[in-house]
Amino acid sequence: MDSKELNSPGYGIPPEMQGAVSITTLDRIYNWGRRSSVWPMMFGLACCAIEMICTAASRYDLSRFGMEVMRPSPRQSDLMLVSGTVTKKMAPTIVRLYNQMPEPKYVIAMGACASGGGPFKEGYNVVSGVDKLIPVDVYIPGCPPTPQALLNGLIKLQEKIDKQSIKQVRWYQKGALEAIPIPLLGPDLIRQQDLPNIKKAAEEA
Amino acid sequence: MTTPVQPLTLDLAARFPDAVTPDERKGYSGWIVAADKLVEFATALRDEFGYDYLSSVTGVDYLPEEKMEVVYHAYKTTGGPGLVFKVQVPRDKAVVPSLVPVYPGAEFQEREAWDLLGIEFTGHPDLRRILLWEGFAGHPLRKDWQEAYYEAETKPFKSRWPSGEVHRAEEKNPFGANVKYPENFDPEKWVPEGENALYGALAEYEETDETGLKTDHIVINLGPQHPSTHGVFRVAAVLDGETIVSLKPVMGYLHRNHEKIGERNTYLQNMPFTDRLDYLAAMSNNFGYALAVEKLMNVEVPERAEYIRVIMAELTRIQNHLFAIGMFLNDLGAFFTPSLYAIEERELVLDIFEAVSGSRMMCNYFRFGGLTRDLPEGTLEMIRGLAFDRLPRKVDEIDRFLTENEIVRSRCVGQGILTTEEAIKYSAAGPMLRASGVPYDIRRADPYSIYDRFDFDVAVRYNGDIYDRYLIRLDEIRQSLRIVQQAVEQIPEGPIQTGKPQYQVRVPAGEAYGRVEGPKGELGFYVVSNGKPNPWRYHVRAPSFINLTAFGPMCTGLKVADIVAVLGSIDIVLGETDR
Repeated sequence: MDSKELNSPGYGIPPEMQGAVSITTLDRIYNWGRRSSVWPMMFGLACCAIEMICTAASRYDLSRFGMEVMRPSPRQSDLMLVSGTVTKKMAPTIVRLYNQMPEPKYVIAMGACASGGGPFKEGYNVVSGVDKLIPVDVYIPGCPPTPQALLNGLIKLQEKIDKQSIKQVRWYQKGALEAIPIPLLGPDLIRQQDLPNIKKAAEEA
Repeated sequence: MTTPVQPLTLDLAARFPDAVTPDERKGYSGWIVAADKLVEFATALRDEFGYDYLSSVTGVDYLPEEKMEVVYHAYKTTGGPGLVFKVQVPRDKAVVPSLVPVYPGAEFQEREAWDLLGIEFTGHPDLRRILLWEGFAGHPLRKDWQEAYYEAETKPFKSRWPSGEVHRAEEKNPFGANVKYPENFDPEKWVPEGENALYGALAEYEETDETGLKTDHIVINLGPQHPSTHGVFRVAAVLDGETIVSLKPVMGYLHRNHEKIGERNTYLQNMPFTDRLDYLAAMSNNFGYALAVEKLMNVEVPERAEYIRVIMAELTRIQNHLFAIGMFLNDLGAFFTPSLYAIEERELVLDIFEAVSGSRMMCNYFRFGGLTRDLPEGTLEMIRGLAFDRLPRKVDEIDRFLTENEIVRSRCVGQGILTTEEAIKYSAAGPMLRASGVPYDIRRADPYSIYDRFDFDVAVRYNGDIYDRYLIRLDEIRQSLRIVQQAVEQIPEGPIQTGKPQYQVRVPAGEAYGRVEGPKGELGFYVVSNGKPNPWRYHVRAPSFINLTAFGPMCTGLKVADIVAVLGSIDIVLGETDR
């Protein structure tokens, strides 16, 4: 969003005050602030993490988008870039990290593995896509996505942020936000949401 | 180049008359050892015959013969070809004596064989699951273990969507329903196994209380989400104050079932999967796998293709070491500035990979008996410019900035020492072995491809500390540049593929072990074929994984902040560690 768009809410400013006063809407200034300082979590899962590092390095320069501040702690980050294969052994940790992030929070599934399992989809230890566990905002195709593709995905996320309204965003609604139940490592990965079904299936058998 | 000293006549059958027989199956080689004589045999092999380095341990499930076989590859650190020996046990009672007392480097590999194949090793000090979690149902690499998601034995290689019909597996088997539980599994009565096994193993250490102060020991966990673990790797350590008294690496957070998928793929379908093992060194992985299958198929590679292979493998080594040095400095606390210098040069190498293969990282460039395509126009000039001009300058620059740096020296010199004996004992490979004073480089010790034509030195350092492991990477970049310079000058014109390119290669029955000197160390592919379109067994000897065997002993006695420095100097890539 350029400054012209940010400052044109449809109200005329008297000529003598132009240059000293800007008028904008609350949504626009709120989203402009958020989209220009998305702090990703320093969270590399697999091969895609290397391309993420390359994107942050000087040639592609993530800081042009205000995203260079990678935080190692989920408590300080706005964006979880799921960069790589989500395995069953890692799944509880990923959900726990997501729960630890403060709102507003976004998730990008970077690459084929995080989007749907990718080439490893058939594996016994692979979750076919991180969206089976946590909600995803933007999917980026590629194996691994090039830095250009990652930048495109991040711009798409900025566009998504621009469209949100402070009246409707979930973190300002009444009531507490539910945490996602953390999956369990049993004979296989067990989602707590599935427990009633598993029990029913066991009774039928 | 021939080995100067002829090996001792290896009449093992005469030395062990009733325990050892030659392996006479067609396409196989090596010796078959009786299980009860294994430890005695291995001790003699190490002490009498000089095979002091146990490189690879893996299992093969011969379901039709109802046999389980454990395959060992041993070498002499003075060079020369290796020795293969095997132990056969019945499938339903797969118990083999552990070789950890003789070769401690077998520790993690035996745990892996237990985890994935269910082979029990008696006498192993810490036989737990390593890649999967405690409580996982079954041993997935056994041939009768049915995968929950896709039950087919092999992948259809012609088309997954015949005549335009799309069948997606997840439609038949939605997530949640694609998981199989053991019979009479009751989620309400089930108690998770948790981490008791890990913490139990961690607590086994000798207590020394020199100061006389009775201090409580605490357990800390580093990872799996931690910026200094190079991915999803976890370290559990017991601390006395700030000193580490016991340390166990925990891995498997990126276990992507490489070997199971590899056994369902056709031979060629595996090639892109090897890229994703060590994702910083895709071309080297291609090289090792191509060598193994070419050995089975018995094909020759054209001259030009050999040169291109060598150039690509050495460029891979250069960019991997650049990245490793950058990330190592990250771990020391010089956050991202040295990395930026290293990544800048790495990008230029990646440009070459993109030009020749179409992808920056996942190259999928090698084929059995050649390459996918020739070098595009202008690439050779790009390589020449890098190898003769830019990279030597930039390596000197990195050297000048870092090597004499006060903080680098005080964090690294004399820390995390791995002695020569320990390095051999723990089967450390690559820069880690050579930094400990063992000049063992497969390119010289057992030359493959055309490495015997090039003039280069095997980089070696003698202190075995973190500093030497950093310096040896700079040395190796310089030596690799020498090889690339010679190869670029000598490369001939000609074909780049033997015969016609094939989608479906014919591989005769037998076994083969192809090994290359990857950037991280000895990368080996053990392939067993039974003549069918897909391999019967496909195993990767992953250097990052086996180098970690020495990680615990190296860290014991250091301060907690040195864990990340030692780990950074080992240079692991989790895709290869966990496979």
